[in-house]
Amino acid sequence: MSIFINENTKVIVQGMTGSEGTKHTRRMLASGTKIVGGVTPGKGGQVVDIDGHQLPVFNTVAEAMSSTGANASVVFVPPKFAKAAVIDAIDAAMPLVVVITEGIPVHDSASFYAYSLTKGTTQIVGPNCPGLISPGKSNIGIIPADITGSGPIGLVSKSGTLTYQMMYELRDIGFSTAVGIGGDPVIGTTHIDCLKAFQDDPDTQAIVMIGEIGGDAEERAAAFIAQYVTKPVVGYVAGFTAPEGKTMGHAGAIVSGSSGTAQGKKDALEAAGVKVGQTPSETARLLRAILGR
Amino acid sequence: MDLFEYQARDLFEKHGVPVLAAAIATTADEAEAAATKIGGAVVVKAQVKVGGRGKAGGVKLAQDPADAREKAAAILGMDIKGHIVGTVMIAAAAPIESEYYLAILLDRSNRTFLVMASVSGGMDIEEVAHTAPEKLAKVPVSAVDGINLAKAQEIIAAANFPGDVAEQVAHVLVKLWEVFQSEDATLVEVNPLVKTIDGKVIALDGKVTLDDNADFRQPEHEALIDQAAENPLEAAAKEKGLNYVKLDGQVGIIGNGAGLVMSTLDVVAYAGEKHGGVRPANFLDIGGGASAQVMADGLSIILGDKDVKSVFVNVFGGITACDAVATGIVQALELLGSSATKPIVVRLDGNNVIEGRAILDKAAHPLVQQLDTMDGAADRAAELAAK
Repeated sequence: MSIFINENTKVIVQGMTGSEGTKHTRRMLASGTKIVGGVTPGKGGQVVDIDGHQLPVFNTVAEAMSSTGANASVVFVPPKFAKAAVIDAIDAAMPLVVVITEGIPVHDSASFYAYSLTKGTTQIVGPNCPGLISPGKSNIGIIPADITGSGPIGLVSKSGTLTYQMMYELRDIGFSTAVGIGGDPVIGTTHIDCLKAFQDDPDTQAIVMIGEIGGDAEERAAAFIAQYVTKPVVGYVAGFTAPEGKTMGHAGAIVSGSSGTAQGKKDALEAAGVKVGQTPSETARLLRAILGR
Repeated sequence: MDLFEYQARDLFEKHGVPVLAAAIATTADEAEAAATKIGGAVVVKAQVKVGGRGKAGGVKLAQDPADAREKAAAILGMDIKGHIVGTVMIAAAAPIESEYYLAILLDRSNRTFLVMASVSGGMDIEEVAHTAPEKLAKVPVSAVDGINLAKAQEIIAAANFPGDVAEQVAHVLVKLWEVFQSEDATLVEVNPLVKTIDGKVIALDGKVTLDDNADFRQPEHEALIDQAAENPLEAAAKEKGLNYVKLDGQVGIIGNGAGLVMSTLDVVAYAGEKHGGVRPANFLDIGGGASAQVMADGLSIILGDKDVKSVFVNVFGGITACDAVATGIVQALELLGSSATKPIVVRLDGNNVIEGRAILDKAAHPLVQQLDTMDGAADRAAELAAK
């Protein structure tokens, strides 16, 4: 099993005809993802050949869904058009929308997130995230598919490259699903959503949770773990050396006054019984010890 | 980006939030002229992006233009918590009857917007929230619905504003929402919002934070950047489109991906504990496509930092291929020539790592050494910086 996606997930790519969209559609296809079409307003009716796959292009997500039976969408459109693309997907009641785009204004992401709540039929992952992968089954986004295969570890992370690093550290064990939830201040799927899904997934035996400075998502996740999660969880938090008031790459990675510090997050996780590594490698060793591998 | 008070005031005025007449001055002469133009008593206020300036003596009442000149001369150049005052705002003095608090902000925890309102304004609102939470109304605002007059009235009623000002304050709140939304702000705070003795409601001091991600549709915001306060290395990096933050250590850092770079800083700081306490000198994320030019730009920024004693390049090839990164490093060193003098520790892993490491081995540049692990490479870079 896996969380959120599986071998039957049919994916459309919003922004498939753009350069990033085309490049990553090719990569997703190569890793076995069932890509069934794309959406680019104004280019409906075209058929794009990507590595021998004839992919139809639609003007709207609703048309794409009714023609292809797609049940997930991945968004590669630039920040300026991202809100309209996500709203289009929500209006079509697309069950899963993975927003890769970096640099979306927070008024736009707050707006499409609020809109998704009023409709209640769409789960958003991201924005500003690498997407999610269930190795060997489906890969939606930009996570490299060749780092590792399937296995018993569930991974949830705010950061793309730390996701890759951790998958690499534990490549001999493998993952049920790895979810990059994104580093923006407002994101659709949280650590808690993933922790809950991993807890309920029979194929996930242990969980790695990667956080970073900014906000209080890790503190909330710690409270959730204490209350709900019985599977072993190891954690890692990045940003101990980040100065107050400076944005560290991700729009949401900022310590404001005394809130959002790495130390506060580490303390909260440890209080919930989570073993927290000082480096990514040490975190991987903690997980190995738990699984006895 | 955080704005100065005078910039916030100007945005308020642009959107119809009531403010007092004001002007800025960078010299005592200008302050006197501004006070003459405004007329009557004025307040001279230090423009610094830090709280507590009143207590530090950065806000003074002046009775007339000559007095304003004197007060401005005293405040200009003052050091307030490490911020040197380069500008003062000269504002009309208003006889105040009551002080309130009003703010709209992004509530990350609940992934929505939030209004905070209180009739106990003028002081530190965190203090009010802590000691008398019942005096601070917090009302969520949906990004879809926003704040219309009816919503504003509901919020003002929840905060128990007195009947004689409630209607005015509700109108101010609608205007502040306009500032918040149309300027792509993540914080709009008025503290204090005052009632003058003749019953007018005025925004006396304001704080605004703007969302940098919205710069593409807010062309006017570029003029609000405080060029003088920008670190020259940060400004140079920004010009090259690099995501760079100057820190106070000795190990220059280049990596790909914000999370991995943050992690690299931490790992270097831990390693540095064993090497005389050396620390990371910067945050630099070269992002997904690390071309030779990007690597050269990054390296030249870092080698231009006189505090840097060693450099740690930490790349995990996801989309980025390690052979491209290695080629980038080699070409960057060719471009930099003799201006590159610091040892460079490189750790490559992931996509095309064998080819990448081979390229660096073949180039055999005397400044470059490779290590296999992130922790090991951090330790070496720290050791080299401590020499």
